[in-house]
Amino acid sequence: MKRVKWLVPTLYILFLMLPIYWLVSMSFKTTNEILGAFSLWPQEFTLDNYITIFTDPTWYNGYFNSLTYVLMNTLLSVSVALPAAYAFSRYRFLGDKHLFFWLLTNRMAPPAVFALPFFQLYSAVGLFDTPLAVALAHCLFNIPLAVWILEGFMSGVPKELDETAYVDGYSFWRFFVRIFIPTIAAGIGVVMFFTFMFSWVELLLAKTLTSVDAKPIAATMTRTASTSGYELGLLAAAGTLTIIPGAFVIYFVRHHIAKGFALGRV
Amino acid sequence: MIDKTTNQRAWFLVLPVVVLVAFNALIPLMTVVNYSVQETFGNNLFFFEGVKWFEQILHSERFHAALLRQLSFTGIILLIEIPLGVAIALAMPKRGPWVSVCLVLMALPLLIPWNVVGAMWNIFALPDIGLLGRMINGMGFDYNFTQQPLAAWFTTILMDVWHWTSLVVLLAYAGLSSIPDAYYQAARIDGASAWSVFRYIQLPKMKRVLTIAVLLRFMDSFMIYTEPFVLTGGGPGNATTFLSIDLVKIALGQFDLGPAAAMSLIYFLIILLLSWIFYTLMMRNEDK
Amino acid sequence: MAKITLDKIRHSYVKTPESADDWALKQLDVVWSDGGAYALLGPSGCGKTTLLNVISGLLRPSEGRVLFDDRDVTDVPSDRRDIAQVFQFPVVYDTMRVYDNLAFPLRNRGVPEDQVKQRVHEIADMLDLTGMLGSRASGLTADGKQKISLGRGLVRSDVNVIMFDEPLTVIDPHLKWQLRSKLKELHQQVRATMIYVTHDQTEALTFADHVVVMHDGQVVQIGTPVELFDKPKHTFVGHFIGSPGMNLLPCEIIDGFPSFLGHRLETSKAVQSPSGAGRLEVGVRPEFVSFAEQGLPVDVVKVDDVGRHRIVEVEHKSHAIKLLTPENVPVPEKRGYLAFERDKTNVYADGWILS
Repeated sequence: MKRVKWLVPTLYILFLMLPIYWLVSMSFKTTNEILGAFSLWPQEFTLDNYITIFTDPTWYNGYFNSLTYVLMNTLLSVSVALPAAYAFSRYRFLGDKHLFFWLLTNRMAPPAVFALPFFQLYSAVGLFDTPLAVALAHCLFNIPLAVWILEGFMSGVPKELDETAYVDGYSFWRFFVRIFIPTIAAGIGVVMFFTFMFSWVELLLAKTLTSVDAKPIAATMTRTASTSGYELGLLAAAGTLTIIPGAFVIYFVRHHIAKGFALGRV
Repeated sequence: MIDKTTNQRAWFLVLPVVVLVAFNALIPLMTVVNYSVQETFGNNLFFFEGVKWFEQILHSERFHAALLRQLSFTGIILLIEIPLGVAIALAMPKRGPWVSVCLVLMALPLLIPWNVVGAMWNIFALPDIGLLGRMINGMGFDYNFTQQPLAAWFTTILMDVWHWTSLVVLLAYAGLSSIPDAYYQAARIDGASAWSVFRYIQLPKMKRVLTIAVLLRFMDSFMIYTEPFVLTGGGPGNATTFLSIDLVKIALGQFDLGPAAAMSLIYFLIILLLSWIFYTLMMRNEDK
Repeated sequence: MAKITLDKIRHSYVKTPESADDWALKQLDVVWSDGGAYALLGPSGCGKTTLLNVISGLLRPSEGRVLFDDRDVTDVPSDRRDIAQVFQFPVVYDTMRVYDNLAFPLRNRGVPEDQVKQRVHEIADMLDLTGMLGSRASGLTADGKQKISLGRGLVRSDVNVIMFDEPLTVIDPHLKWQLRSKLKELHQQVRATMIYVTHDQTEALTFADHVVVMHDGQVVQIGTPVELFDKPKHTFVGHFIGSPGMNLLPCEIIDGFPSFLGHRLETSKAVQSPSGAGRLEVGVRPEFVSFAEQGLPVDVVKVDDVGRHRIVEVEHKSHAIKLLTPENVPVPEKRGYLAFERDKTNVYADGWILS
């Protein structure tokens, strides 16, 4: 049983890699080749798609804009979610259960209908077409996600840990930073990746709240799909490139996620 | 299972979260509610119509059909992705160089913008020029998702499993990582089998994390729009017209915001109700 | 029940240890006799938990052998060593009832159900858990859960040794002494070898017949609580045990007797001045220092009244010395003379006692 254990993740990863390979190979093909006939690897290998992206300012600015608001949002969401999750996990207070569930309800509405109201709201506060607008708007769904996940991990840490620390003379903040946070490292790692991811791939609000200055890749990519028909090769190249920042993020938090395992399973 | 102390000052810890989320939630919500009970003839004149739109939607055959499709789709998705995700998390390496490799590779499908996911699978699954399409047809099946409802369903489900299972894997893996060693040590001393360890230690300790995974997948699959829309357009016919797709069709097709807004609210309430049921079911036995 | 022998045990968590610091356990040769109640005492990081895990089989030592009754068990896995371990945080199977928790180790070994029932009730009775057998384990308080952990260890009749890794850490103070007494009582009843790891000297000294003091990966002394108190073999033992700890004063050896800043102190025996020794110290506990008509001249700095006696802090040429004075004995106002009980005055070289 132990010997075939590695087979499971291996098969799964192969399954995942097949369409990704397909995506990457599409990015090196011309749209004609993609739609023309089946080819396992690019017959007419071309870097044109990538060249377009790297040279066209709307494209590469798009990446920077996206990165900006996504990073802003991730930092913001995680930092406000931590104390809130701690409160939900350790304390009872007026309306706590309802508040907790209400947070999740903000992820329960299909965003399409909210596009216009969001546009009006952020225009009214003068934030239209700024990365800050998108960063704030994404708080709608990312903060509840962060709070819920963090609370889940925090509840797994026995309260006795807090009390032992206080007896040992730790102040609250020192305990929180030096003892508590390392204990929930896995949760924090996962939350950082997920908030990054959900903000990164969100297209509708990102498009609605920006026009020129803060235009994210989301907008540029949907443009590719609509205006001149499907520029598939370009879309594939853009898609491939969007994977990279997120890959960095998960690489960055990999040790946090697996931390518990590394702590010495004897 | 934590013994919580009552402390109203905890509200200060929660306040920033409430402010940021409510700012984004309440005002747009009010706007939608506003529209859902009015009628406009497209020239910005609004007439209060009460519950007319709600009744219309709730009685519509079309809505029922879309709802049924949606429920089936979500049901299948959950039945596949949750156990599969947990199984993979259990089997994944816990230490060593392969951990990084696995984590990064598994995260990749999650990072692709959803319209690209739909587009790439669209080509990928085409019977003549797509790798998957050719493979399946090569195995002797007659497969064409643009024309066969069953194939369309199969492809959509496969795409979703490919796209989202890693979310479950990552959550389950992180949850497993948080189980203190002492439990495994005690189990070893007690002579527990691997199955006992899973059933009495791992699964219970992952309960909260799994609940989140179920809720997330439930909500997101219930609202799914971009990927299936780009993949199949809701077709063939309306075989894969899930609730969101139907909603957008209605919204675009008519000049009235009323029905769309009403449908959104009904939609929201269905998700709310089902989520609440899931949550309560999974979290019973928690609070004393 | 078993005699446990640790033969030349060394352990390092690092794959290729280089310096002495890389070794968590430096060199241990210890015999724990059958049925004894032992405490493994030492500060955090001294290697107690490592040692415990070596004995229980959760950790395989880098070097050396572990013997149970002269049988080499170094390569035998934990579940076959017939040991039980109680951890710092209560480890219970939350989803099971208390009864099933206690029955678990027996059922895993295929014990017939009627025997299981009898045994579980026996142990539950010993631990005052009978009333809770039907409740879910998750609902119990911390001390209840620790009792369950303990019970799971006791329920197996073939247990060689029971190990406790700071088990009272999460227990409320007023319940701590209750559980401590319970453990002592259990030891009388069950007569299994028990090893109790702690950094709390009170726990160690009240529970154990013999205390193993560890410091920095080494065993510095094994003895009864009285032995540790009267004749600490290492300055660490002197300092760690007793409240306040032993007084340590720098000294030289003149004619076989310690001399502190020119003032000669009496010991029961003359000692050899060791060759090439670094640090020479004379140690005596505050309990064995008293005011006298003549002796070492000191200035009184502080007097703390702690009820039945007073802790007096005095100074001789900027060296602080503490002594305990019973409440009916007068303390000089400003200056006085100290006498040291000669049987309880020891000389140490680089921390180790000279004899």
